[in-house]
Amino acid sequence: MNSRVQATSRQTDGPLLKVTDLKTHFRTERGLVRSVDGVSFSLERGRALGIVGESGSGKTVLSRSIMGLLPGRNTERSGSVVFEGEEIIGLSLKDRRKIWGREMSMIFQDPMTSLNPVMRVGKQITEGLKIHLGMDNENARATALRLLHDVRIPEPEKRLNQYAFELSGGMRQRVMIAIALACGPTVLFADEPTTALDVTVQAQILELIGEQRRDRNMSVILVTHDLGVVAGHTDEIAVMYGGKLVEKAPTRTLFANMKMPYTEALLRSIPNIEDPSHTRLNVIAGRPPDLVNPPKGCRFSPRCEYVQPKCIAEEPPLLTAEHADHVYACWYPVGSPVYREKRAQLDKAKKSAGMSQVGAG
Amino acid sequence: MAGSGKAHLRDSGDVLLRVEDLVVEFPVGRTGLKVHAVSGISFDVLRGETLGVVGESGCGKSTTGKAMMMLPRPNSGSVVFEGAELTSLPPDAMRAARTRMQMIFQDPISSLNPRRKVRDIVREPLVIWKRGAEKEQLAKVDQLLEEVGIDPQRAAESQAHQFSGGQCQRISIARSLVLDPTLIICDEPVSALDVSVQAQVLNLLEDLKLKYGLTLVFIAHDLAVVKNISDRVQVMYLGKICEVAPSNSMYTSPAHHYTKLLLDSIPVPNPDVAVQQVAVQGEPPSPVLPPSGCRFNPRCAAADDRCRSEEPQLRKVADGHFVACHHPLFGGEAPVAVRSAAN
Repeated sequence: MNSRVQATSRQTDGPLLKVTDLKTHFRTERGLVRSVDGVSFSLERGRALGIVGESGSGKTVLSRSIMGLLPGRNTERSGSVVFEGEEIIGLSLKDRRKIWGREMSMIFQDPMTSLNPVMRVGKQITEGLKIHLGMDNENARATALRLLHDVRIPEPEKRLNQYAFELSGGMRQRVMIAIALACGPTVLFADEPTTALDVTVQAQILELIGEQRRDRNMSVILVTHDLGVVAGHTDEIAVMYGGKLVEKAPTRTLFANMKMPYTEALLRSIPNIEDPSHTRLNVIAGRPPDLVNPPKGCRFSPRCEYVQPKCIAEEPPLLTAEHADHVYACWYPVGSPVYREKRAQLDKAKKSAGMSQVGAG
Repeated sequence: MAGSGKAHLRDSGDVLLRVEDLVVEFPVGRTGLKVHAVSGISFDVLRGETLGVVGESGCGKSTTGKAMMMLPRPNSGSVVFEGAELTSLPPDAMRAARTRMQMIFQDPISSLNPRRKVRDIVREPLVIWKRGAEKEQLAKVDQLLEEVGIDPQRAAESQAHQFSGGQCQRISIARSLVLDPTLIICDEPVSALDVSVQAQVLNLLEDLKLKYGLTLVFIAHDLAVVKNISDRVQVMYLGKICEVAPSNSMYTSPAHHYTKLLLDSIPVPNPDVAVQQVAVQGEPPSPVLPPSGCRFNPRCAAADDRCRSEEPQLRKVADGHFVACHHPLFGGEAPVAVRSAAN
């Protein structure tokens, strides 16, 4: 594994991954879709970052854009992605291929469609080992076996000769993880890795990703819409809305002291298992913004319960909260006087509505 | 009959739907083997009640939902809906019965015809059943569309792909209501939606249920969602019922080890709650060759010889709370540890 040694020695003092003002726009018939619109963040080695947002928030495009996995045609990408001290935006396909697998790899949401249906599982794992690490057949097969063992697939020898359709959903996702880990990446992108799986299997897969991260000192970027999933399995969380990063903080800080009303609304819309049944759920009215014509000002303002004239007129910059590692984009964050006043009004209105509902029921 | 018992069936009350000994099996190619999708389950639903059905993929929850509609007809068992035995109804009468029981599916976009205007899709059941003149039909369709939060004007001009996933699910809901059904079977209706949209659709279902006096069978794998919407919850595993209970007591005091496992697996949106070490590894075994005795025994920490040989029957552990387990977490004859020591 010469390449790994080189990669490590290449690293400078900065963070492992530094994304600055990354923009990814798609030219469509309807106009320019601003899927990622100026996102900046950095990630240290061995850390797990969660990227959270609704469908259409740009979270998937962001992760693919960082890896350089987007189609070239009709895609406009600008900004900077510095990985181990080296700019990787604008690299040729040949150079990007050197990064894929060995430095960065990705697990996708749907393990059935991301595996080749007509290629045996073993071959799909050994393919990368042979191409990227130059292993011979025997070595690659032994490594593949060890990988399947690492991801806790029962009877790994038998699995090497099976096809994807012969495996359950959870097992397929384990194979995907084995493929992603095969060449010892420094950063693992997991794009909704458990959304298609049952809760019991989801818990196992998340545990497996965490365990591999610790064992390999690998960084993980976990992209999901589920705040429950990121809460227990990340060090930091970035919340995206309408192609922008709207809040980022260490996981504990974020949950204890969220600033952005959107983050709060997202958390409040999850049904709480502790609440009695038929508890009215909190909703976020409306829909995510159209990224061809995003709203002026704060992009969340049309759906925000606490919206003020300034929010509609002027876009909030990323501000720093009490802790330097906590940033948010909101003029009237959770806990501010304006927020508290509006919250009191809303609670009062909700209470009287609740009373009348009980009367009617 | 090696069923899971019927102790939980109710004689009193206004029973809208009663399913007994339902068996659904599918042949596996020409091998002579069978997928035992649903293996002799019984349950009932009272008028105005919401029954939640939870379980992992492959537990037979969707098959159960479809078998209730005779899609396809179950291999054996009885389904009594509004007093009529559906399994022996002739095709015409069955079609008429289906107007009273409707279904909403998981993928909202693929369950709408991509080539038709949304308003026509919602209206079609009325056209097929010749309910009212065109004007009345359109008035009804528009009223329902507005109730689910879709602009009728836009629905008249647009196709399904021009709406978001949440909106398509609202359209499916409008379509399911257009024939004034009494029972709606919701098969994972919010699984494909974002949490924010999921909350909107769940609230909408609750509102419509009250307004139209609907009875719901709500099938899902997300326990928090099921708890929120249901009056009673039924947990299924490999074609059998493990536990039936009022939703609040199911969550505060699960009696089946499998229910406990499901509850422990839910990710909690709070980083201060330590992530539960998953107690049970592995996935459900194949429903082609289900384990003998209690079907959960290979993954169960409390399993003993009895669990491997004798199938547990549903029995009462508390008011309205029934469990099919030899060594339930509460309400058993003796504590688990004592039992296994005695064996």
